[in-house]
Amino acid sequence: MKINVERRMSSSRAIAFLVPLTSVGLALGFGGVLMALVGADPIATYAAMLEGAFGNAEQWSVGQFYSVTETLVKAIPLMLTGLAVGVAFRMLFWNIGAEGQLVLGGVAASGIALWLGDFVPGSIQSPWIYLPLMAVAGVLAGGIWAVIPAILKAYLKVNEIITTLMLNYVAILWYKYLVNVAWKDPDGYGFPGSAKFGECCRIARISGRLHWGVMVALVCGIVMWVILDKTKWGYQIRLIGENISAAKYAGVNIGRNIVGVMLLSGGLAGLAGMVEVAGISHSLQEGLNVGYGFTAIIVAWLARLNPWGIILVANVFAAILVGGDQIQMTMGLPGSVAHVLQGAMLFFVLGGDFFQRYRLTITR
Amino acid sequence: MNKSIALNMQGISKRFPGVVAADNVEFSVYKGEIHGLLGENGAGKTTLMSILCGLYTPDEGQISLMGGSSAVDGIGNVRIGSPREAIEYGIGMVHQHFRLVQGHTVAENCILGLAEQSILIDVNSVVKRISNIGERYHIKVDPSAYVWQLSIGEQQRVEILKMLYRNADILILDEPTAVLTPQESQSLGMTLKTMAKEGKAVIFISHKLDEVMDFTDRVTVLRNGQNVQTVETSNTDKESLANLMVGRDVVFAVNRPEFMLYSTVLEVNGITAQNDKGITALSDITFSVRSGEILGVAGVSGNGQQELAEVLTGLRKSASGYVKVLGSDLTNRSPANFIDAGVGHVPGDRIGVGLAGNLSVSDNLIMKAYRGSEVSTSVFLRSDAVDRYVDRLIYDFDVDTPDRYTPVRNLSGGNQQKAILAREISARNDQNVDKEGLLIAVQPTRGLDVGATETVRELLLAQCKQGDAIVLISDDLDEIIGISTRIAVMFSGYIVGIMNADEANISDIGIMMAGGHVNNL
Repeated sequence: MKINVERRMSSSRAIAFLVPLTSVGLALGFGGVLMALVGADPIATYAAMLEGAFGNAEQWSVGQFYSVTETLVKAIPLMLTGLAVGVAFRMLFWNIGAEGQLVLGGVAASGIALWLGDFVPGSIQSPWIYLPLMAVAGVLAGGIWAVIPAILKAYLKVNEIITTLMLNYVAILWYKYLVNVAWKDPDGYGFPGSAKFGECCRIARISGRLHWGVMVALVCGIVMWVILDKTKWGYQIRLIGENISAAKYAGVNIGRNIVGVMLLSGGLAGLAGMVEVAGISHSLQEGLNVGYGFTAIIVAWLARLNPWGIILVANVFAAILVGGDQIQMTMGLPGSVAHVLQGAMLFFVLGGDFFQRYRLTITR
Repeated sequence: MNKSIALNMQGISKRFPGVVAADNVEFSVYKGEIHGLLGENGAGKTTLMSILCGLYTPDEGQISLMGGSSAVDGIGNVRIGSPREAIEYGIGMVHQHFRLVQGHTVAENCILGLAEQSILIDVNSVVKRISNIGERYHIKVDPSAYVWQLSIGEQQRVEILKMLYRNADILILDEPTAVLTPQESQSLGMTLKTMAKEGKAVIFISHKLDEVMDFTDRVTVLRNGQNVQTVETSNTDKESLANLMVGRDVVFAVNRPEFMLYSTVLEVNGITAQNDKGITALSDITFSVRSGEILGVAGVSGNGQQELAEVLTGLRKSASGYVKVLGSDLTNRSPANFIDAGVGHVPGDRIGVGLAGNLSVSDNLIMKAYRGSEVSTSVFLRSDAVDRYVDRLIYDFDVDTPDRYTPVRNLSGGNQQKAILAREISARNDQNVDKEGLLIAVQPTRGLDVGATETVRELLLAQCKQGDAIVLISDDLDEIIGISTRIAVMFSGYIVGIMNADEANISDIGIMMAGGHVNNL
């Protein structure tokens, strides 16, 4: 007996729909087996995760949506970083550095919040001035950080996977130095972290910890969709990603596009950092680098680099993260179950891709 | 010479969808012989050799091998199912593109994939054996050098060493001299002759007639997947080989109308350029093309035609000389500058360069026009205008596609090519309505069926009639002679002659393509 792999000549709609669905199902099943192995009831655990991520009827009936807002809070940086890496991946530029770009975006925004008043005495203490300035600083910091590997790639052919990955550590260590030493709050009783920002440097809250940064992320999603699908630039990005030789042949300037796209990609990641410090921590704290920039890679891939898909998958992943925290508290299971599930989903969905393109035939 | 048969291939046929690549081919090689395999592109040389080294299985036919390798004793019919089995039968192939690991040493490359190695490699004995083989066959390579340190010629020697290390009795070399300097070619010839003396059978695939005459004992000529003739090299000459290869009895359908010739559109002067490996690929190229004229560039592929097309479209830098289009100097400008100047390009590599296979027909058709005001504003693509533009092209050029959203890779080769021509011709017509344009067409009909070929040629002629200048680069001599106004022949980076198509003589062109000299030119 011999198993042959054959390329599917055409892919039916049913296959395009069923394969990813089956993949997610298998990932959940795989996660369930792991839970059973550590002695937990998979059904109860999944139920607890769902409740943790979205709440239950009892909470909703008293108007308490804490779980939902927490999920959305985590979805904000995932959406932004997902869009960030997604646009770079569209061009087959492997930006693994969203984490560092996010961190530096947070640092730059914090810098504005903490020190702008000192340099420009008498500046007007208005969020309409401070928040845009912080956003610009965050975007520029993330963007410039991302442009370093872009230039190295475009003009010296340096492998961007290595440079973007390594620059993460540079950014994170620098950020840690600021949090622990240089920008440490003198009135902070020796704890790491900067002083709290003024009121004018905080993004207003909607409900619970959920802040208007969620709208920023959604607007960015729409903008990215417009750029990729409706503009000449987006057309060039798609062309480079699909066939770089054809793009050169069509007169597209590859180097300029790499730099431009990475400015955008790093800028989005930097904006995620700004939104985190201005919306959640209200200071430069430890824990800005919790891995959103890496999870974003999975988010972007699962969404097939489609901006709408990235918005959707980021929210699903945020739910898994929040649900994971919940089972940690209520069921005593390690929170890393959530990460295992995310990883399993990536594996199964990418594995499913194979069956979308090929089929197995068995011959004797 | 020892005349016992080493290899016999009988009645070999191989069909691919829409193409008969080998049709009942007979091929046999003696031990101790260098056997040339000659033919144009698509004649079936590579197919035949791929069957021999286990990459394809033939649809029909029989391969038998004479013993010598441990695997087979005496004459036996064999079925070669994989490259590994081919090596076990003592068949080794040196491909045009080397299969070497750059970061490994010569010795490491030689033993790569060999089953007999134990976990710990006895490097010294390997090195010693390689040195012995090298001495015996006059192949000079340092076994402990890294492959990346070696020149192309040396790397080729490593490939040969690798096959000898595997005890290959039948060596196939696929256009081995294409990447070599003349001196390296001479030294390769010496090595091959030594191997033949030692009783190996050497199959030498080439379309360079000089080398075939120099190196080989016998020559088998293939054309269109069929045997033409096998001849003793000493009983033939270059001219008759060229005739056999090209096909003496071909009736050239000259359907080239006379157009008015106007101003000079393209002026190329003293262009030199290197290929991707840094070897000089173009030397002192000078010619001009007028409006209403098709300049056919003939030549065996790999003699600089590809690089010439790239220099003429901004994809390759030239080291000296200039390229002028309609009087404006475009030397070493970007592809975008060439596009803006009205230079269309039908690339030789349709899938690799001309199209983005996964993108839709629509996306592919606007690849050149997307900048222009007809389908876009300064920032946005105007989707309704794009749709109208794409529909018009599909209709005008009769591109057979289910709709404009279909991925272009799902189209047939002919329709892909029509789409490319539609794009190149239209983008230019729209930009330079009043000006003559230039079209660089590289292998525009390669791999197309008769109908599509005819359509493409008609499109080229129609453009020419409108006053465009066309540079037609093709391996297909019939095509060149059929529709060109003038013919330039390239050999080893030079234009060795330019003649009017009316005065052209196919056997003269054949000899010039092979680097020979024609007295009356």
